[in-house]
Amino acid sequence: MSQVRSKTKHAMPVQDPKKRITNFSEVALGYDEKLARAEAERCLNCKNPQCVKGCPVEVPIPEFISMVKQGDYLGSLKKIKTKNNLPAVCGRVCPQENQCEKYCILGKKGDPVAIGRLERFVADYELKHGSDDATMTKAAPTGKRVAVIGSGPAGLTAAGDLAKMGYSVTIFEALHVPGGVLMYGIPEFRLPKDVVQKEIDKIKELGVEIKTNFVVGKLATVDELLAEGYDAVFIGTGAGLPYFMNVPGENLNGIYSANEFLTRTNLMKAYDFPNYITPIKVGERVAVIGAGNVAMDAARTALRLGAKESYIVYRRTEKEMPARREEIENAKEEGVQFILLTSPIEFHGNEEGVVTGMTCIKYELGEPDASGRRRPVPIKGSEYEMAVDTVVLALGQGPNPLVPKTTPDLEITEKGTIRVAEETGATSKPGVYAGGDIVTGAATVILAMGAGKKAARAIDEYLRSK
Amino acid sequence: MHKVVKKEIISETIKLLEVEAPLIAAKARAGQFFILRLNERGERIPLTIADQDQEAGTITTIFQEVGRTTRELGKLEPGDYIADLVGPLGVPSEIEKYGRVVCVGGGIGIAPIHPIVRDLKKAGNEVITIIGARTKDLLFWEEKLAALSDRLIVCTDDGSYGQKGFVTEMVGEVAAEGKIDRLWAIGPLPMMRAMAATTKPLGIKTIVSMNPIMVDGTGMCGACRVSVGNETKFACVDGPEFDAHLVDFDLAMRRLQYYREEERIAAEAGNCGCGGGCGCHR
Ligand SMILES: Cc1cc2nc3c(=O)[nH]c(=O)nc-3n(C[C@H](O)[C@H](O)[C@H](O)COP(=O)(O)OP(=O)(O)OC[C@H]3O[C@@H](n4cnc5c(N)ncnc54)[C@H](O)[C@@H]3O)c2cc1C
Ligand SMILES: Cc1cc2nc3c(=O)[nH]c(=O)nc-3n(C[C@H](O)[C@H](O)[C@H](O)COP(=O)(O)OP(=O)(O)OC[C@H]3O[C@@H](n4cnc5c(N)ncnc54)[C@H](O)[C@@H]3O)c2cc1C
Ligand code: SF4
Ligand code: SF4
Ligand code: FES
Repeated sequence: MSQVRSKTKHAMPVQDPKKRITNFSEVALGYDEKLARAEAERCLNCKNPQCVKGCPVEVPIPEFISMVKQGDYLGSLKKIKTKNNLPAVCGRVCPQENQCEKYCILGKKGDPVAIGRLERFVADYELKHGSDDATMTKAAPTGKRVAVIGSGPAGLTAAGDLAKMGYSVTIFEALHVPGGVLMYGIPEFRLPKDVVQKEIDKIKELGVEIKTNFVVGKLATVDELLAEGYDAVFIGTGAGLPYFMNVPGENLNGIYSANEFLTRTNLMKAYDFPNYITPIKVGERVAVIGAGNVAMDAARTALRLGAKESYIVYRRTEKEMPARREEIENAKEEGVQFILLTSPIEFHGNEEGVVTGMTCIKYELGEPDASGRRRPVPIKGSEYEMAVDTVVLALGQGPNPLVPKTTPDLEITEKGTIRVAEETGATSKPGVYAGGDIVTGAATVILAMGAGKKAARAIDEYLRSK
Repeated sequence: MHKVVKKEIISETIKLLEVEAPLIAAKARAGQFFILRLNERGERIPLTIADQDQEAGTITTIFQEVGRTTRELGKLEPGDYIADLVGPLGVPSEIEKYGRVVCVGGGIGIAPIHPIVRDLKKAGNEVITIIGARTKDLLFWEEKLAALSDRLIVCTDDGSYGQKGFVTEMVGEVAAEGKIDRLWAIGPLPMMRAMAATTKPLGIKTIVSMNPIMVDGTGMCGACRVSVGNETKFACVDGPEFDAHLVDFDLAMRRLQYYREEERIAAEAGNCGCGGGCGCHR
């Protein structure tokens, strides 16, 4: 190759910040063919590719990128799909900077290869142009049935893999739409719902049946599913339980959990009210408490719903923020303001019970805690008032207790997550496997998928030996 | 998709629908509810399972038309379909043999009290049922409840039928006759609050069914929070039934009011026949 290799990634075209806060369309527009091929050319096609070690599902990165170089996009996608059923999703929301791209050799002396953007490009290429050859192949039917509970990335992946291995798979999903957080949580402007839907349709094409509006633990328990003739069960019910702060005034109107705020907007499409009938109310001054991905999503959503000021209020400093760097930058570009080393201790409302303000206290950073992050310590006497008319609590989510509570012999940790064998996802109950956020607590899409894959393999082994 | 198999018009604004939902019909227990979404653009709203027929595979709901979704629901006819139904949700009523129990249904609350009466009777209790409404036209299921109960008291605020007076007064009379071991009261929030105030000094353990705004009904959003004994509970998974003497009714009332303006807009958008699609209702 004669060209000089650029030290920086090819930038991805994005919607202008001023314009994008007026709509819910996707912010990052994706590479076109030219940009994709140019970026692919940066890859060294390493003999011993470090990048693959950073990917929880071991996508054959150099191979798929080589095929992009050659313009064989569908072949490239087929390569990715040997390991990853949801590339259009992962290419968009994987924290690549901590995973594949973190290990890319080019990262030592410049930007790593934009692996995520390339993955997204080939996946979108297929979604746009369609593919004539089936990118997913199926084994002969085994005659055995597997029940998958929850249709988030963990459940979808387990279901897709098991279907490919010849199992007859049924997914049971509590909501009216499959997809889990991909559908109800992550906003349209970061992960368009039709992209997720197309990925789900592909899994359906493998013969997976999806029963929506089916709450396991209510309509049927895990034991009842096993008694009904399912040979194995995979639990992927996620971490959907929102945490509150337990401070005075928290139940005032206008104080939402991030889950409610995002579900009303994404799943119920309240941004298109009254064409869609579910309402959402956003005032002029919105405070989002917390600084993870969920908080960034909420703060950016608030702007799009008409907030004049959207604040992130966080107890620590920018350095400790758990959100992806890229999301913090996007939020800043759009005008989200950051109030750091601060947290509310009480909310106040008017006669109608609507929040009008909060008492905040200032913090300073003290000694590092168990997680290695410096512990925030409240500063005595630093209380002050802040006027707000909408508050979104993005303090994290716990495991959904419905299935654990109704499955007596399932071993649960003190955090409420399901205890599994690390390598297989096997629970304490024979034939029952679990993975994703219900096992790890709130984590990432790709880790949930990795867990779904592992469990699918283990379920296959279990059922073969039975 | 769930087919409507039967419809009854109880009054101008109160309707009964029987809907195909065989799995829910087989599973539902007293005190549980379901959530429906009428169509693609619809809101998810909770309604109590007022009756169920396992053989026919149907559930029955009685609802009051108060806004956009309940009004559209009221327009459905046998043969029409409801897009989504999810249930049974919520914790079932604590049915045990208590002794002498009283079940009170106020207004639309007559419907959800029915399965509780049914199962308390089956469990061997002496069941005294009290139903009341503003006026005669808003009463229903008198015979059905009379057949299940040891005694049925009917009252109307205006005296147009049965005894004249509020359900709380009737409870006072029943309490004067003998010990009440447990009491259920379901109806509009002001009625449940009044009942809590009536039974507290009498020391009668009282259960109410809370009706906050809900979204998912599975404990995922926290929209349905109620304060019970100063603790926050999610009505959809911890309830909807709670100890009446611990519930913060003022908070519950304020929380139900939050979307008044939006509800009006949604209802108007529904009225013009465009289904909201004409875009004039922003
Ligand atoms: C707002 C937001 C933004 C995020 N952003 C990112 C990001 O940028 N990158 C990233 O990698 N990760 C992100 N995450 C985290 C990521 O989405 C989760 O880690 C991932 O979705 C977990 O997948 P899962 O399959 O375990 O569970 P979920 O996606 O939570 O799916 C669980 C499913 O199970 C269903 N369910 C629950 N209980 C029952 C029951 N009893 N019966 C039937 N069904 C049931 C639920 O309705 C749900 O559909 C974000 C999360 C949120 C909330
Ligand atoms: C567990 C439970 C069981 C219920 N059972 C019954 C029943 O058997 N029969 C019956 O007639 N009603 C019942 N309700 C109330 C019923 O859900 C509401 O009347 C309905 O949601 C109103 O919707 P709408 O669009 O027609 O009216 P809207 O225009 O949305 O609202 C009109 C009024 O209803 C209240 N409301 C709005 N949304 C909700 C919501 N999601 N949940 C509760 N209240 C809301 C508002 O405070 C407002 O005052 C129950 C509610 C709960 C939580
Ligand atoms: S799945 Fe995620 S971590 Fe793996 S290669 Fe793709 S973007 Fe990287
Ligand atoms: S480490 Fe980087 S350069 Fe090497 S194969 Fe992976 S992506 Fe290409
Ligand atoms: S309705 Fe969402 S948690 Fe109860």
